[in-house]
Amino acid sequence: MKEILGKMKHKLGVKVLDIRTHSPARIYVELDPADIRIFASFMKEEGVRFSTATGIDTGDAFEILYHFSDDGSGKIISLRVRISGRENPCIDTISDIIKAAEWIEREIWEMLGINFKGHPDLRRLLLPDDWPEKVYPMRKDYVLPEHERVIVENDETTKQDTRNKEQDTNNHQ
Amino acid sequence: MTKIIPVGPYHPLQEEPEFFQLHVDGENVTDIDITIGYNHRGIEKLSEARTFDQSAFLVERVCGICSTSHPFAFVQAVEDIGKIEVPERALYIRSIVGELERIHSHLLWLGLAGHFLGYNTIWMWAWKCRETVIDILELISGNRQNYAMFKVGGVRRDIDDNDIPHYLKLLDEVVPALNLFRGAVTDDPVIRARLVGVGVLSREEAVSYAAVGPTARASGIAIDVRKDEPYAAYDRIEWEIIVTENGDVYDKVILRVLEMLESVKIARQCLENLPGGEIDANVKEIPPGEGIGRHEAPRGEVLHYVLSDGSNMPVRHKIRAPSFQNVPTNKVAAVGETISDAAIVLAAVDPCYCCTERIAVIDTGGDRRAACGDELIRLSQEKTRRIARRMGREIK
Repeated sequence: MKEILGKMKHKLGVKVLDIRTHSPARIYVELDPADIRIFASFMKEEGVRFSTATGIDTGDAFEILYHFSDDGSGKIISLRVRISGRENPCIDTISDIIKAAEWIEREIWEMLGINFKGHPDLRRLLLPDDWPEKVYPMRKDYVLPEHERVIVENDETTKQDTRNKEQDTNNHQ
Repeated sequence: MTKIIPVGPYHPLQEEPEFFQLHVDGENVTDIDITIGYNHRGIEKLSEARTFDQSAFLVERVCGICSTSHPFAFVQAVEDIGKIEVPERALYIRSIVGELERIHSHLLWLGLAGHFLGYNTIWMWAWKCRETVIDILELISGNRQNYAMFKVGGVRRDIDDNDIPHYLKLLDEVVPALNLFRGAVTDDPVIRARLVGVGVLSREEAVSYAAVGPTARASGIAIDVRKDEPYAAYDRIEWEIIVTENGDVYDKVILRVLEMLESVKIARQCLENLPGGEIDANVKEIPPGEGIGRHEAPRGEVLHYVLSDGSNMPVRHKIRAPSFQNVPTNKVAAVGETISDAAIVLAAVDPCYCCTERIAVIDTGGDRRAACGDELIRLSQEKTRRIARRMGREIK
């Protein structure tokens, strides 16, 4: 892993915005979304296995974490890109470089509404056919339909789940 | 002329529907379309409104067969955020539950593989043997499935040291049955004729689809999270990672049989060397941060990513099950095979069997014919009987 990170710094050093080592086996590399294809090709050449990607709605922007597993050393390098703008978030696809990313890009597209430029087959993967257009359930501003909301509000267990710190410690028992 | 045969997508008996459309030219599969999502329950979204304690129960419901895999990966992801040290005894108990689950999951698969091939004796024997394993799990956790053993910082139930000799005795009963299956698979010329060279996933293709678990290991890729990034008690005991080279269905069968014997070894050593002490680190708060947890489930690597803002619920919880990576490999493994081999090839990645019940064969020549999974199994069983007759044997 050291070698891969070393090589990455050597080869793509100027493009690496930040490296954060959470623990020896968990490394987060931040980069510009415009460079994702260069990094994906680099990881593929190094023989690092693509595990999956996580799309996150941070409120004002979106993040995608591409998790790569270096099986020889048991470490995971997560490439983090921040995509600004809620209107038309967009990033280049890596699925032509890494075939295994095809499904997860479709999932992030339908769940968060991030467009993957150049994806060969960008259609719904998990959502039903009658799901409304341009409604993205994994976005934080997604509002549950009225009838669903009633069920949640009447549920005693979820009622206690508040982000209030004081109750938090009590509930955690 | 290409025909497309649809099977499924809904089957009243099984969970997790998938919809395969087999494009066929005569008897040969030329292409395959995979449609999933029929059983999407939005668990990632649900988890954002559950406490870390509740989510361990929630993710247990992701899969009914390998129900402990997701809590296993999830609690490790949360422990990664807070760098929480888990007591030694809890680590051993985690490994015991994980391995018992692998044995019963592989036995379930083996039974169904036998059924698809027309070997209903293997089916019945495998499932009978599976009962013994589930009995141990029930004695340990109180449940045959969904054991609710995992919590952040440890496990929820202890194993009574007085019960260990009984568990070991039950495990010993499983070994002769597993050896019997090994013999049945390796010595039977009909099974060889039916499975060797069928549904081959080459090493290169397995790499490009980033296959995991037995699907990858049967293609000669030696990856196993238990070895690559040891967790729980897996680095404290002796065991081997099983790898085969050919990538065909035969290698996937034999690999799983051998893996079960390794799992017995792991569970046995963990039970024999179970250290004393606490089983829970009593975690009160999860700090802000992000964590990734992995577990080698029966079907391969499960990955959970959890983002915390310091409250009692995750801000984001990403779940990646192994079948998400393995099912697309059917695009290469099933193409070029005959329809009668499709059932076993699609089942060979162990996609939670129900998936195979939903195969579609499409006839683009205008004649669109819906068949059910039963028909594919019938075709498969007939083929085995044909081979057996040619060899002068009888299949029970």
